[in-house]
Amino acid sequence: MPPARSWRKYPQTYRLEAARCKKCGATYFPPRLICPECKGRDFETFRMKGTGKILTHTVVRTPAHEFAGQAPFAVGIVQMDDGPRLTVQIADVDFAELRVGLPVRLEFRRIFCEGDSGIIQYGHKAVPARA
Amino acid sequence: MAVGIIGYGAHIPRRRIKVEEIAKVWGADAPSYKKGLELMQKSVPGLDEDTITLSVEAARNALARAQIDASEIGAVYVGSESHPYAVKPSGATVAEAIGATPACHCADFEFACKAGSEGMFVTYGLVKAGLIKYGLAIGADTSQGAPGDALEYSAAAGGAAFIMGADEDKIIATIDETYSFMTDTPDFWRREHQFYPSHGGRFTGEPAYFRTVTGAVHGLLEKAGLKPKDFKYVIFHQPNGKFPKRVGKMLGFTPEQIETGRVVPLLGNTYSGASPIGLTAVLDVAEPGDRVLMCSYGSGAGSDGFVLTVRPRARETRDLAPRTRWLIDENVRYVEYGEYAKLRRKIRLAAE
Amino acid sequence: MRDVAVIGVGMQKWGELWEKSARDIFVESALLAMDDAGVERIDSMYVGSMSPGIFSAQEHLESVLADYLGAKHIPATRVESACASGGLAFRLAFMDVASGMSDVVLAGGIEKMTDVSGGEATHALATAADMMWEGYSGVTFPGLYAMMAVAHMDRYGTKREQLAEVAVKNHANGFLNERAQFRMKITVDDVLNSVKVADPLNILDCSPITDGAAAVVLMPLEMAKKLKRSGAKVIGSGHATDTIALHGREDMTALKAVSEAAKRAYAMAGKRPQDIQLAEVHDCFTIAEIVVSESLGFFEAGQGGPAVERGETARGGRIPINASGGLKSKGHPVGATGIAQIVELVEQLRGAAGPRQVKNARVGLAQNMGGSGGSCLVHILEVM
Repeated sequence: MPPARSWRKYPQTYRLEAARCKKCGATYFPPRLICPECKGRDFETFRMKGTGKILTHTVVRTPAHEFAGQAPFAVGIVQMDDGPRLTVQIADVDFAELRVGLPVRLEFRRIFCEGDSGIIQYGHKAVPARA
Repeated sequence: MAVGIIGYGAHIPRRRIKVEEIAKVWGADAPSYKKGLELMQKSVPGLDEDTITLSVEAARNALARAQIDASEIGAVYVGSESHPYAVKPSGATVAEAIGATPACHCADFEFACKAGSEGMFVTYGLVKAGLIKYGLAIGADTSQGAPGDALEYSAAAGGAAFIMGADEDKIIATIDETYSFMTDTPDFWRREHQFYPSHGGRFTGEPAYFRTVTGAVHGLLEKAGLKPKDFKYVIFHQPNGKFPKRVGKMLGFTPEQIETGRVVPLLGNTYSGASPIGLTAVLDVAEPGDRVLMCSYGSGAGSDGFVLTVRPRARETRDLAPRTRWLIDENVRYVEYGEYAKLRRKIRLAAE
Repeated sequence: MRDVAVIGVGMQKWGELWEKSARDIFVESALLAMDDAGVERIDSMYVGSMSPGIFSAQEHLESVLADYLGAKHIPATRVESACASGGLAFRLAFMDVASGMSDVVLAGGIEKMTDVSGGEATHALATAADMMWEGYSGVTFPGLYAMMAVAHMDRYGTKREQLAEVAVKNHANGFLNERAQFRMKITVDDVLNSVKVADPLNILDCSPITDGAAAVVLMPLEMAKKLKRSGAKVIGSGHATDTIALHGREDMTALKAVSEAAKRAYAMAGKRPQDIQLAEVHDCFTIAEIVVSESLGFFEAGQGGPAVERGETARGGRIPINASGGLKSKGHPVGATGIAQIVELVEQLRGAAGPRQVKNARVGLAQNMGGSGGSCLVHILEVM
């Protein structure tokens, strides 16, 4: 991945920065230029808390080449308590524990790395929420 | 002006491997390793965990306790001997992830296992000098032990973060005195491009660890005008479960003073995270007025010593983030040697 | 707007066509279609192909194919809508004729997927998803549909075996299709025991990697009647998009792009779901066929699974789905699939589908979809 492409996403991948439409309150991750709901163009940025729950999940066993060597790994769509939904890997969980509704929190992790000389891509993965 | 820790936090990967699992593969005698090292298991990082990820999570826990806006942090230092890049500071990613950028000083530290305490010393100094309002110091590692080598049983992963400040209403523990002691002692080293470190066997004991730690603690106690009995807790660098007990005894400390900060038996040696994580475990339970001594050790060799006094704020903040004992004991998942070897990249993939 | 008819179809056997390049495969199908249509000249051409740049290191495909088809200087357009590229090419060809801009138009699709490694092919297909916000997680394309399946199963109690029944049915149909890539019958157990891809989907729940092309020729209905051509009338065309990412959808167990496109096609055709006698739908994964069958209005939400189990979508059932064998058995050369669906409908409506013939077929529907449902084309054809 070109350095510029991952770098411009840092506010989202590193800090979970999302946006709220000032007109209708809809939340977006990543932030948008125009609100699909009300066509508003005024947003306020906010950092998501990082907690949410699993809406659906799967275990990937035949990964793309950037993720070779990581499989099998779990992926899910998380409904963040702050509003938006994200697609993230689910880590530190036995596949048998995966279920719709599982409470999770996002933890900072390595996402992938292009060989021995590429930039390390960081981001967040979901882990089971602390009891 | 009182200066000290206004926020602290640790982060430890959830996987563990038992000494028996490693011994089984190399045909070693597990019971004697466990007895000799006073070590039962160690933490194992996932393929997706490294010094930067551990540092970010530890820093977030420290921020939760400090209750400050990260943009007010004036310096971010990450000390490790397993920085993910040879050139590109771990601190830059940590600072970006917590939102301390752009008005921030940043540098990476290294000095074997005392890299974490170095950042603590420097941030303390910068706050004391009035150059910054808050400083973040992190010690974290995901170090490697060569397969079959003695160090393989103990080389673990983990990190701890401290935010230093001078806000009277925020200080969890003051730093009252510091003392550093160092010499050139070639006990343990890793040349560039080498995957595993090398060490001098028994030379790493008396002439290195013990000489340096006792030198530092003697100097610290003399400078502070204190004796071992003046302390409630003492935390030493802990490459295994035995060394801190032995050096403690040599210096005149009791097992009770040493035990809370001696986290290595169920965690392993987290290198730059070792004594810092031990300190977080102490801060989780210490009472106002308790005096604490922390002495790190980094091969090469040097020690950074600190005298701290706990304040009432410690009680108010300890449950704002996970306690260290909980991180060590709860939510653990055990792995076998095969998975451990894959996770620690002892098996290199063709695709790379 | 003029009435439009499809009066020529062409498609050769699909599979791993080692000896043929993309341009050869396309020209072969195009010539078959033009011969079937009885035309020597075409006025314009639309070709659907998702990733010639990745698969053949070739962009500007329309110029290459018009050239190699010998169709000198004609206006040619390559369109892309991921796996709906073929359907989109058909719609544009339809609009070209309906508007009066052109008379004889070729709509084709081509994908040559086997020159590159499996990993590169997987990557190319993955670009149909949200690369910035889904791809970054490593989810993979099957992973997205697997999550759709988990959500559908959790909400409606759809069973794993019902997914497998889709593959079994489509293989039973493809067994009778000479052009299909995989002509073998399979059982539910075969599906359940096949290699895991993304839980709960196994390899036999997934459409394959295929080389292939398909082409059809359209002309005004009046012209077709005058020239005494046989084929089918295009009576409805619907096109819609939905959020690119699966996580962007309010209801992840339904496909809004499909229901919206279908609504528009039904309206144009003056038909309802119960008026359709057969459908070719986009079974890129078994779960897709089930969800699509609901979103097209053939079954209530959540009832698609039980319907398959009851045999309602078999060739002799209430609403035969994928009599051709579907993507699963026929193959899925991405850009060609949407056109191949039209080929099947025309042959069925002509009464020329041989052993796969659906009895009394008068109105057929083709549904072609891109990505995890980010875009959809629905076409309705009727006997001429």
